[in-house]
Amino acid sequence: MQGKSMIVDTSLCTACRGCQVACKQWHGLPGTKTKQTGTYQNPPDLSADTYKLVRFAEGRKEDGKPYWHFFSDSCRHCLDPGCMAGDQNNSIVQDKRTGAVLYTQGTRKLNYRAVREGCPYNIPRQDPRSKVLCKCDMCIDRLRDNMVPACVQACPTGALHFGDRRRILHKVALRVVELKKHYPKARALNPQDVRVVYIVTDDPDTYFELAEA
Amino acid sequence: MTNHWIDIINSDCVLIMGSNAAENHPISFKWVLRAKKKNGAKIIHVDPRFTRTSARADFHASLRSGTDIAFLGGMINYILANRKFFQDYVVNYTNGAFLVDQGFSFSDGLFSGYDATARKYDKATWSFQKDAGGVVKKDPTLKDPRCVLRLLQKHYGRYDLDKVSSITGTPVEDLKAVYEMYTATGKADKAGTIMYALGWTQHTVGTQNIRTMAIIQLLLGNIGVCGGGVNALRGEPNVQGSTDHCILYHILPGYMKAPNVAMPDLNSYIQTCTPKSDEPQSANWWGNYSKYIVSLLKSWYRDAATQDNDFCYSHVPKLDVGQNTSIMNTFDLMYEGKMKGYICLAQNPACSMPNAGKVRQALGKLDWLVHANIFDNETPSFWHAPGMDPGQIKTEVFLLPAAASIEKSGSLTNSGRWVQWKYVAAQPPGQAIAVGDMVYRLVAKLKELYKKEGGTAPEPIQDLYWDYGDGKGGFDPLATAKAINGFFLEDATIKGKAYKKGQTVPSFGLLTDDGKTSAGNWLYTGMFNLAGENLSARRGKADPTGLGLYSQWAWCWPVNRRVLYNRASVDPAGRPYNPARPLIAWKDGRWVGDVPDGPWPPMANRQKGKLPFIMKPHGVSSIFGPGLVEGPFPEHYEPVESPLPGNPMSGQRINPAVKLFKGAADPYAINDPKFPIVCSTYTATEHWCTGAITRWMSWLTEAMPQAYVEISRELAEAKGIDNGDKVRVLSKRGAVDCVAMVTYRLRPFQVQGKPVHQVGMTFNYGWRFPPDAGDSANLLTPTVGDANTMAPEYKAFMVDVVKVEEAKHHAG
Repeated sequence: MQGKSMIVDTSLCTACRGCQVACKQWHGLPGTKTKQTGTYQNPPDLSADTYKLVRFAEGRKEDGKPYWHFFSDSCRHCLDPGCMAGDQNNSIVQDKRTGAVLYTQGTRKLNYRAVREGCPYNIPRQDPRSKVLCKCDMCIDRLRDNMVPACVQACPTGALHFGDRRRILHKVALRVVELKKHYPKARALNPQDVRVVYIVTDDPDTYFELAEA
Repeated sequence: MTNHWIDIINSDCVLIMGSNAAENHPISFKWVLRAKKKNGAKIIHVDPRFTRTSARADFHASLRSGTDIAFLGGMINYILANRKFFQDYVVNYTNGAFLVDQGFSFSDGLFSGYDATARKYDKATWSFQKDAGGVVKKDPTLKDPRCVLRLLQKHYGRYDLDKVSSITGTPVEDLKAVYEMYTATGKADKAGTIMYALGWTQHTVGTQNIRTMAIIQLLLGNIGVCGGGVNALRGEPNVQGSTDHCILYHILPGYMKAPNVAMPDLNSYIQTCTPKSDEPQSANWWGNYSKYIVSLLKSWYRDAATQDNDFCYSHVPKLDVGQNTSIMNTFDLMYEGKMKGYICLAQNPACSMPNAGKVRQALGKLDWLVHANIFDNETPSFWHAPGMDPGQIKTEVFLLPAAASIEKSGSLTNSGRWVQWKYVAAQPPGQAIAVGDMVYRLVAKLKELYKKEGGTAPEPIQDLYWDYGDGKGGFDPLATAKAINGFFLEDATIKGKAYKKGQTVPSFGLLTDDGKTSAGNWLYTGMFNLAGENLSARRGKADPTGLGLYSQWAWCWPVNRRVLYNRASVDPAGRPYNPARPLIAWKDGRWVGDVPDGPWPPMANRQKGKLPFIMKPHGVSSIFGPGLVEGPFPEHYEPVESPLPGNPMSGQRINPAVKLFKGAADPYAINDPKFPIVCSTYTATEHWCTGAITRWMSWLTEAMPQAYVEISRELAEAKGIDNGDKVRVLSKRGAVDCVAMVTYRLRPFQVQGKPVHQVGMTFNYGWRFPPDAGDSANLLTPTVGDANTMAPEYKAFMVDVVKVEEAKHHAG
């Protein structure tokens, strides 16, 4: 199965957070009460109310100038999902047509800690009331109506791209070659293992410590 | 914008300065990043802070807030010293070769003609030498010491790299890098664009910031071409439209001048406002002034306006000579108790105006305040703001529920002058109605009362044509738009073509000054064609030039010309300077491509050809620009509140023509050691202006919940402030508590050999909602503005930052 894939091209991301808000809008997730703690990143982390989060990371480069990296974090929809490893009940499924990794209502019976630890990207979260596990569902309902995921639809700069996996991987390869001309560190993160492929132009851990598995 | 949003894609170098485009105009970055992908365009961001824009730029240079003219003056010096300018363009299409009056001079920060008492210039010497026929004398070799280009060189020769660096705090190598990258667009086949916004306008030298860049664009031949231009990124989708329709006090619709008492009749108004030129090849388009003002008066007063009564010109209110009724002056009068009532539509001055504490006090001196908005905000609720005593406030407040933009149909004019018709997407909730309906009903009621009861000078109200109703008590946007476009009021035959009474005028070229046509705004004439079809509703996606003009999508003023001054993109024979991006070209006796700036043949045709800058009296653009109040060449002056005791460039510390407010409520921190830190205000992607709309949207307040001040690691260390600490920001006018965001993205500047710290705050918050969001940053900002426009100096003022615990400790 080739299925679908998505590019997150961080070199085109302006951290407008359209993806973060569009995800909440499509999934009917609330805005949670937050505090300003000295960062643009808010809410602070993924949660049962936040499936997509733009992470902000800043520092100083060797020449003394600042950098500010943005990482639109969400489920990678792994080809061989670690979160499914401990699932005996088929409560986590991979959609046959797209390859989307989907958490069903049955996940409330799973060992949350084990599922979360099985994910190298620390994505799964649990709804504290229903105990159902949750994360990005690739907007599977939109896909069935031939629409792109809400985050992709909202992205103003083309940082997010969605399509057939073969074509997406081809695009990723071309884009990395293009970017390498100016950014020697440019590369794709785990392209063979995940459906949501991030392209970075700097060391992955300067974006987010779990950017790459 | 002289150009338009999509055109950014055609640029070879995008300079973003005085703007945080990625954050405040997020969609613009679609085109910026495509220019990078398509042309390998360089993206440069010049800003005190490293922002989300800088993160996507190829190069970021930081400068101290309020020093843009020094930064750009250095670029002009670099262009002239290294011969980077586009000589043919400068000679043919600018006033670079014009000889300036012998009496014009500049010395120690002042141009000739200054009156220190009045803080005003007599501009008599800011003019050109003319021959006996009244034609300006020129030296096309650019060698005459009195020619504009030589005077420009003399003026900006003073802005050398070290001097500029010591003022701006930008390292010399960063200055050089920016100058080199940007001036590479001075070649015929290269284009550079400037994207600017409030980071340039909101200074006491705001207009001159933009002028300086306009000079650079002219030297490099970047005006009138694809991928070039001077591009103001306008705010909420209709800021351009509201300006076109004269939201500001000094203009009438279509950028005609507001009349004053020295122009008592129509003839004196027309004589004063119509520019004259003896330049043989100048179109001098404003020579048509009389047609536009008469058509406007006919639109307003219709049958009551006749040749015999000056077309009711006497009905139009007149300013006193020199009177300035901009909003800071309005609130100053209100504060002094000289205003009884105020109608405030869709605005939140209690948070958006400088010295907001004074503004809130001023509102308490009114008898009544009418406010219309989609939510309550700090303005109608000013009477229960922190520190206010409702029992002591007499103002009666009326809060009218308004429809939101998606609940109304009508036109929106974007920054690129595209007028786009939109439709109602949802009905307004409850009793909410469009603000336009409120105004329509109010005026209809006034007309009724004047008819019934009479009163002092009732004619201007009684004679006003007001038949724009939708039959349901509101106004009809389409009928109103047609009136703005204008009609033939009588059957007419013009240039052999017959037009019928009642038809919409398809081009402003057909407007007349005999009362036979109407036009509510001449620039919008042509939005409807002769058949009455609304061209702004078009959605054609064809792009035959491949340049992204999309000329069948909506309609843009003027006459659907997508790039202004496009005849400057071709040489005098009409051949495109850049054959790879031919915006227009003269082929087989006619123009192809964009709608040209006038139908005339190229200017090499000495009989019929015209110069490209048709809105300028002499047909060329102004490197020497005598129109502004503080001088024909921009000069660096310090912000009114600055960290320096003087001005490193001259003995004039601040803009010599700026208006200073003298009241006790408006103190300035001038060289005050208690306020040693430069502060700038701005807005973030997640909120809209004062947040009056966006703070009620939980997804947005989740992302940006509370007021914060961005401070450098160096300053935080010196002040003992940790990231996330509660701090108090204090200015001479007020204090705001917020959260410290300690960041690498700001760094201290080396200015005149000493470190200068700068901090920044968004003005997205207010006390009304959410309860813990924090109050407005404008409690800190000074009441002072640009000498030409009165745009407040929000971007540079002086503060101190202390931890809240320490502030409380000191307080008692």
